[in-house]
Amino acid sequence: MENKAIVIIDYGAGNLRSVANAIIKLGYQPKVTGRAEEVLEAAAVILPGVGAAGDTMRNLTESGMSRAILQLVAEGRPLFAVCMGMQVLLSGSEEGGWHQCLGIVPGRVKRLPPTLKTPHMGWNQVKQRMAHPIFDGIPDEANFYFVHSYYPEPDDPSVVAGTTDYGVSICSALAKGNLVATQFHPEKSGECGLKMYANFLRMALGER
Amino acid sequence: MLTKRIIPCLDMTGGRVVKGTSFTNLRDAGDPVELAAFYYRESADELVFLDIGATPEGRDTMVEIVERVSEQVFIPLTVGGGLRSSADMRHMLEAGADKIAINTAAVLHPGLVREGAERFGSQCIVVAIDARQTGKGDQPAWEVLTHGGRKPTGIDAVEWAKQAVALGCGELLLTSWDADGHRAGYDLELTRRISEAVTVPVIASGGAGNLEHLYQALMAGKADAVLAASIFHYRTYSIREAKEYLAERGIPIRK
Repeated sequence: MENKAIVIIDYGAGNLRSVANAIIKLGYQPKVTGRAEEVLEAAAVILPGVGAAGDTMRNLTESGMSRAILQLVAEGRPLFAVCMGMQVLLSGSEEGGWHQCLGIVPGRVKRLPPTLKTPHMGWNQVKQRMAHPIFDGIPDEANFYFVHSYYPEPDDPSVVAGTTDYGVSICSALAKGNLVATQFHPEKSGECGLKMYANFLRMALGER
Repeated sequence: MLTKRIIPCLDMTGGRVVKGTSFTNLRDAGDPVELAAFYYRESADELVFLDIGATPEGRDTMVEIVERVSEQVFIPLTVGGGLRSSADMRHMLEAGADKIAINTAAVLHPGLVREGAERFGSQCIVVAIDARQTGKGDQPAWEVLTHGGRKPTGIDAVEWAKQAVALGCGELLLTSWDADGHRAGYDLELTRRISEAVTVPVIASGGAGNLEHLYQALMAGKADAVLAASIFHYRTYSIREAKEYLAERGIPIRK
């Protein structure tokens, strides 16, 4: 039987319950796990995240999850990384000094300029920069919910799927093959957010 | 462009939503799970749940309510009232809350703000400030009240706001005790002074009676979000009406 497991990575932080609730609302039964082997067996993986970059990287490394994520991406399998989950995909983060991250997407995570209210908290528009299945049925410049003080800046502009204006232009969504990541929280972005998860799962599972 | 947020507040006691004037004379405004789902459908930007009874039993009831709400409402949920430790905070976050509002406990133990911010991230920690005006005219001043507005502290509200941000909170929920429940408008001066003094978003609360009041809090008060309870609970205005009104007046709003 074809494996259709949807896994939400639990690395001791993050808003797992909100993400799981969103996936359940879409009619799926996600598995929340901290076991790397279950992640490697999944058909679709979600890497959620809130918290600090240093702690997140330490948790991911100590649990062996870093290696599993690198393997998933190397094999071109579907991964959706959210907020801090997106930031750790980059080469490194300025948060709390300098933290080496996974290096899947070359680039760095920078602090929002001090002239701006921080965190960037609330609903802001995502300008779609590429045609991608995660945007199916979602209007351009739809609002999504953000809460972050640092932002990712990929070196390669061709991976930027969406941008958001907050005094600086933020790469708010990136996509590279089956890898998708958003700085905003789809699980907190109302119907547009649910639609984006549904699009990802349809892309990953090839159904519905 | 970041939009301004419209936030209905569900003041709760004994598992029901209530709303009063200056924190007394409560009237039952309904079932919190139903009301939350209703506001979600109406495109509320966030929801705030405050357990004004702030009892241990109320906290347990709140956990259940947050669990049920988070299964069907996909916008940020802030929960407060009687949370006194990082274990209390963790409990609510695991139930599905996104942010924790602390008020009296933060004043009594400012280290709790730092501890919460370090454990869960600044974005999770909202310091709620109840303030009452003590000085007028040339030297306006406000003092912080604790224990649901019952206890004056002598602490200057603007200074406390700055300190709370320095301790690591990611947002302030500012309630004017003079204005709350009177439907005569927010305390714009207080809101503006605090909003200008800090680098985090400020939610204005207390006093909304009509849509012009929301507009004033965002413009003159320089608030990032407006919170209101009775005008929404009693359907004086719908969230949609509020959003249309503000959008027509040039405020960036999520429709």
